[in-house]
Amino acid sequence: MTPIAAKQPRDMKKSSKSSRAFLLKLELRSHPTLLCVIRGALEPLMEMLGFTGEHNRAIIRAVDEAVSNIMRHSYHGRLDQPIEIYCSRLERRTNGETEQGVEILLFDCGPAVDTTKLVARPLDELRPGGLGLHIIRGSMDTVQYKRAGRLNRLRLVKFARSLKDERGSEEEKQS
Amino acid sequence: MKISARRVDQATILDVSGNIDMSNSPEVRKALLREIGQKGVSRVALNLTGVGYIDSSGVASLVEGLKASRETGSRFVLFGLNDSAREVLKISRLLKLFEVYDDETQAIAS
Repeated sequence: MTPIAAKQPRDMKKSSKSSRAFLLKLELRSHPTLLCVIRGALEPLMEMLGFTGEHNRAIIRAVDEAVSNIMRHSYHGRLDQPIEIYCSRLERRTNGETEQGVEILLFDCGPAVDTTKLVARPLDELRPGGLGLHIIRGSMDTVQYKRAGRLNRLRLVKFARSLKDERGSEEEKQS
Repeated sequence: MKISARRVDQATILDVSGNIDMSNSPEVRKALLREIGQKGVSRVALNLTGVGYIDSSGVASLVEGLKASRETGSRFVLFGLNDSAREVLKISRLLKLFEVYDDETQAIAS
């Protein structure tokens, strides 16, 4: 399977306030039976990054919905199309504290998404469908779509914890 | 994912186990609509005790079940939701629209 993303994310120190470290790449075909494989791969990775419980489930839910949307809307149910998922650890310093987070990039080769249609439907009506985008946005801190050459790129970001707080609680436990 | 139906008095219990996502949610939808459309069934209770994950397509199936039950005058209730299922219904602002119970006894007795 030939990689589709022309530019893979690299480890980088954007500034003294933020950095990114690439961790995992998943390449898969657009077959819905692979959704459970993605969830199974991401859960321990997110735990490793410090996302537990509700936050862990939120990230997995967002990625699952994003990949489902690619399969349904970008590839229109075709089962053999390529999807790539890149996961990187993020760190940022704000107000003297270091926060850890995750950046997840999803690439597909479908036609460009009409961004005017990237609007979550109102939730005050009882009808099936159209919930995926709402769930993605409600689960992540940042959701950005970009057309990158011949690819669709979706960027999902979520920050988890303050290392300072964590160190503090560890010190409290030890004292 | 596995799904099976059993009768308890005038109610039908649909037991689902596994994960519900776009690969299998049409099966859930089909089973729900079949049971809700059965004559003589006043209540359909969906047992989600064995469901670890449910995505938006699964939620859409539940919404279709709820709509169908309203049209037929029967009741459609859920029980045994784990944290993940509750969260996805909550984030979709649907949790309050469904009758949700902790266990089968409550779901049948309510």
